[in-house]
Amino acid sequence: MRNPLADKVVDIKPSGIRKFFDIVSEMEDAISLGVGEPDFDTPWHIRDEGIYSLEKGRTFYTSNAGLKDLKVEICNYLKRKQGIDYDYNKETIVTVGGSEAIDIALRAMVNDGEEVLIPQPSYVSYEPCAILANAVPVIIELKAENEFRLTAQELLDAITDKTKVLILPFPNNPTGAIMERKDLEEIAKVVIEKDIFVISDEIYAELTYKGEHVSIASLPGMKERTILINGFSKAYAMTGWRLGYACGPKVIMEQMLKIHQFAIMCAPTTSQYAAVEALKNGDEDVKEMREAYNQRRRYLLYAFKEMGLECFEPFGAFYVFPCIKEFGMTSEEFADRFLREEKVAVVPGTAFGECGEGFLRISYAYSLENLKVAIGKLKVFVERLRKEKEV
Amino acid sequence: MREKILSIIERNSRIDLKELAVILGVEEVDVVNEMAAMEKEGIICGYHTMIDWEKTSVEKVTALIEVRVTPQRGQGFDNIAERIYKYPEVNSVYLISGGYDLLVTLEGKSLKEVSSFVSDKLSTLDTVLSTATHFILKKYKDHGTILTKKYEDEREKITP
Repeated sequence: MRNPLADKVVDIKPSGIRKFFDIVSEMEDAISLGVGEPDFDTPWHIRDEGIYSLEKGRTFYTSNAGLKDLKVEICNYLKRKQGIDYDYNKETIVTVGGSEAIDIALRAMVNDGEEVLIPQPSYVSYEPCAILANAVPVIIELKAENEFRLTAQELLDAITDKTKVLILPFPNNPTGAIMERKDLEEIAKVVIEKDIFVISDEIYAELTYKGEHVSIASLPGMKERTILINGFSKAYAMTGWRLGYACGPKVIMEQMLKIHQFAIMCAPTTSQYAAVEALKNGDEDVKEMREAYNQRRRYLLYAFKEMGLECFEPFGAFYVFPCIKEFGMTSEEFADRFLREEKVAVVPGTAFGECGEGFLRISYAYSLENLKVAIGKLKVFVERLRKEKEV
Repeated sequence: MREKILSIIERNSRIDLKELAVILGVEEVDVVNEMAAMEKEGIICGYHTMIDWEKTSVEKVTALIEVRVTPQRGQGFDNIAERIYKYPEVNSVYLISGGYDLLVTLEGKSLKEVSSFVSDKLSTLDTVLSTATHFILKKYKDHGTILTKKYEDEREKITP
């Protein structure tokens, strides 16, 4: 029999998270700090709208780009929060999570062999999606001394004649880093000068703890070269509803819509009705959840300081990214031993790119009570490692 | 800062003050001072414990009693409310808008105890016109806490 597989797919490495997932699932009493989704349930009034839409028998397809009401609310939201004007009809597509938006944006924008710049550490899907789009992923290694922000110089150094797209993943998973207005202005200058495009993954925009999130699309000259991606998963605790969106220039959106139309048809209808409610009446919920995350963030940073664990202060998402280089072991070794000896799961930084070596991703999408138990165990573990080193 | 302190201790009054300061990003001494001030001003009225008595062996019944009264000149409802709330078995007394005037909650050991309170003490007060007593059969949620179910984390343990 012939090989039924496509080489390009076979060559993609499975996610580095898989291995830990398998061990943790076997362990009955493991505590996890490895979750990349909110611990809150979707606010009840939003769930209720989803249920109501089912009761009403709204079980049909929506138009490919999504419910008109939802697209209008998305555009209102972006206007209200970011000051960007998008046309709901021509510049907005409702997608199956932010993930789908990343995939179709890349497929719509790059030709074979063109380069996509991917700052790392970052979310696991950019590189494989670029490869599947026949692009060449080019990794920009972000540095702890820059608080894992992307600098204009790093961007300039990575750009070649073949560079087409920069992926801008801020607020960042796994580092929690954000890009403030002044940082983005520097990046925008280079992007415009070098005539490249930006896919800005802003799924954690609402979870910013220092000022308000700024989208690069809101800067002068950037709307026409940016695909803004956001969604409902993180802000409204709606991960399982699988709902996101992309906004951008009509010329690109038209082509993205073709891929979306043929590959997906439309995003889940129930979720779309629920999302209308989220955007209309969910501001207060977002505020409450953000406050809760921020309290846990402060608690973790304090606890790390107490135990002498090096960690820069992250101002976004729900992750902290402490450095474990002092223990002289790899991130994976550390995470592996921590799991086996203390039964606490964290994700090694290397799951998000090689430059995540020496770091751990710790999620604070857990109640303070749970965090306290886990951090107590981390303290015990860290002290044990330090003693071992002395001997 | 006050609102934030209150919203946290309203749900967990046993929180360590150092920890409270850490999660709010302020100094511990400021939290201590602020709480002392709020106690003095009567904003913080006590630190109670939520108990689901159903799960204990203690027999208890709780009743909600609607009371219609005649307000008194110069006193309004305050005088009659005071005469009711002074009974130790009375848990709370609220002045209510709508079909009746005072809502009284009452705890007793048995139906008999509660009903004798209502017939002997409450309805015999001069200004009380009528009462309607409702017994609580089951508490699903109280003070923002769901009593019937325990939260379980059903998320996958590790996700990107």
